[in-house]
Amino acid sequence: MSTEAALDSLMEEARSITGSSQSKVRDSIVNSIYQTAENIASDVVSCTSPKRTDWDRKIDNILTSRVWGFPIMFGVLAVVFWVTIAGANVPSSMLAAGLFWIEDRLTGFFMAMHAPAWFYGFLVLGVYRGLAWVVSVMLPPMAIFFSMFTLLEDLGYLPRVAFNLDRFFKKAGAHGKQALTMSMGFGCNAAGIIACRIIESPRERLIATLTNNFVPCNGRFPTLIALASIFVAGSVSLSFSSALATLAVAGLVAFGIAVTLFVSWTLSKTLLRGEPSSFTLELPPYRKPLVGQVLIRSVLDRTIFVLGRAVVIAAPAGGLVWILANTMVGDASVLSIVAGWLDPMARFMGLDGFILLAFILGLPANEIVFPILIMSYVSGGTLMELDSLADLRYLLVDQHGWTWLTALCTLVFSLCHWPCGTTLFTIQREQKNWRWTVLAALIPTTAGVVACIMLNNLVCALGLVY
Amino acid sequence: MNNTVSLGCLTNGSFALVTELVAEGLTRRRLLDLGLVPGTKVEVIRRSPVGDPIAFGIRGAVIALRKEVANKVLVNPL
Repeated sequence: MSTEAALDSLMEEARSITGSSQSKVRDSIVNSIYQTAENIASDVVSCTSPKRTDWDRKIDNILTSRVWGFPIMFGVLAVVFWVTIAGANVPSSMLAAGLFWIEDRLTGFFMAMHAPAWFYGFLVLGVYRGLAWVVSVMLPPMAIFFSMFTLLEDLGYLPRVAFNLDRFFKKAGAHGKQALTMSMGFGCNAAGIIACRIIESPRERLIATLTNNFVPCNGRFPTLIALASIFVAGSVSLSFSSALATLAVAGLVAFGIAVTLFVSWTLSKTLLRGEPSSFTLELPPYRKPLVGQVLIRSVLDRTIFVLGRAVVIAAPAGGLVWILANTMVGDASVLSIVAGWLDPMARFMGLDGFILLAFILGLPANEIVFPILIMSYVSGGTLMELDSLADLRYLLVDQHGWTWLTALCTLVFSLCHWPCGTTLFTIQREQKNWRWTVLAALIPTTAGVVACIMLNNLVCALGLVY
Repeated sequence: MNNTVSLGCLTNGSFALVTELVAEGLTRRRLLDLGLVPGTKVEVIRRSPVGDPIAFGIRGAVIALRKEVANKVLVNPL
């Protein structure tokens, strides 16, 4: 008999002897460990004045109170959004200016080299410009958002959010900490997926992973804000319009959260059936955040990490879009031909072929969806940005027949469609099972298609749009 | 004092001594990990705005448990 077999049989015998009292054995082991720990602690640890705990409790009395708990939470979220949107504008345009200055130098260089036009177009107008777009649009808001988020984390506020919201997630069969992975998703869905690691039980972690995409990330916010500004706020006076646009975006976010809870509930009732597993959440003492560390950690760990992946994926995408827009079959580009194919389906969803194609080509990174759309509308052949919202309004409404319904369907589809390539890649890495990755793409897409079709046909049947 | 109740029933601000865990498997392990062994003093600190989960003071840490998990901890109120 080998040693292993002998050990196995010994273990078997031990198990048969202990039998039902096995858990008692474990209990008494844990008991004596704690007894020993307590004895040691009482010898060497002396408690300072209980003032600190008093403070923590007083703060908790406000932050988790019946009256103030939820308003404060939404207020904090609103401030984080506002600072991100307002604060990112300036560095974003500075970055864009800098990167496009480099593009001009590159152009000069390629001209001097007498490089062939297709080569220059592919590398500079395609790959480089796609990259510049993603970096200048993504980097500043991500750096600001993640820093503030890490700051809240360091303060100890985030566990209180999970504490406040757990009841709702419990009803949906999910975990309270999903509230945190969702808030992380506002910054970047890929980061939100990574954040799902904080959920201990696999079932709830999977639910959080599969539904994270219903929270609009930084890459989608500019689109939401631009469309909301044009179509919701366009008709009222200027001083009023930014508030109204913010409200519209907030409404969309609320819709996304509602969809998240509904899909989580559906998943936990069907595919991921099971008992809600054990939930323990520590509410740590509040502490003064280490600002320097927070900045370094959030910029290095989160921003650079996420941006790096996005860049790897966006660069080839920019090249591909350029090729599609500049390869002519007859007198139409491949881009517009494919858009023509997609048109019937897209119309049924309240979109048009170009919008749907932009979403498909935007798979690598959500922030290039809108630039691709504008590019294919003006058939400029390269990614571009219009200077003012008025230009954009003229292009969409007057030249391409957008109604408020088109805008609304685009917004809904932006909120509910497949996750970007980076996010899918991250889901694959975290779950290590392609089935879940496919499902993570299918669930939001189905939700978006169904929502758009219903919305479009309902509004048209009611005759609200001519 | 032999009126054993479950931890989830106690009101905020009350103290109790753990007598027994009726949970099994993973939940039991988690509760043991937190130090909820018989004889441990637990304080009921607060409830979330919608009543569940409940935060307890266990060995100097504040831990929130959902009601049905807390109900698997039997205690003697102090």
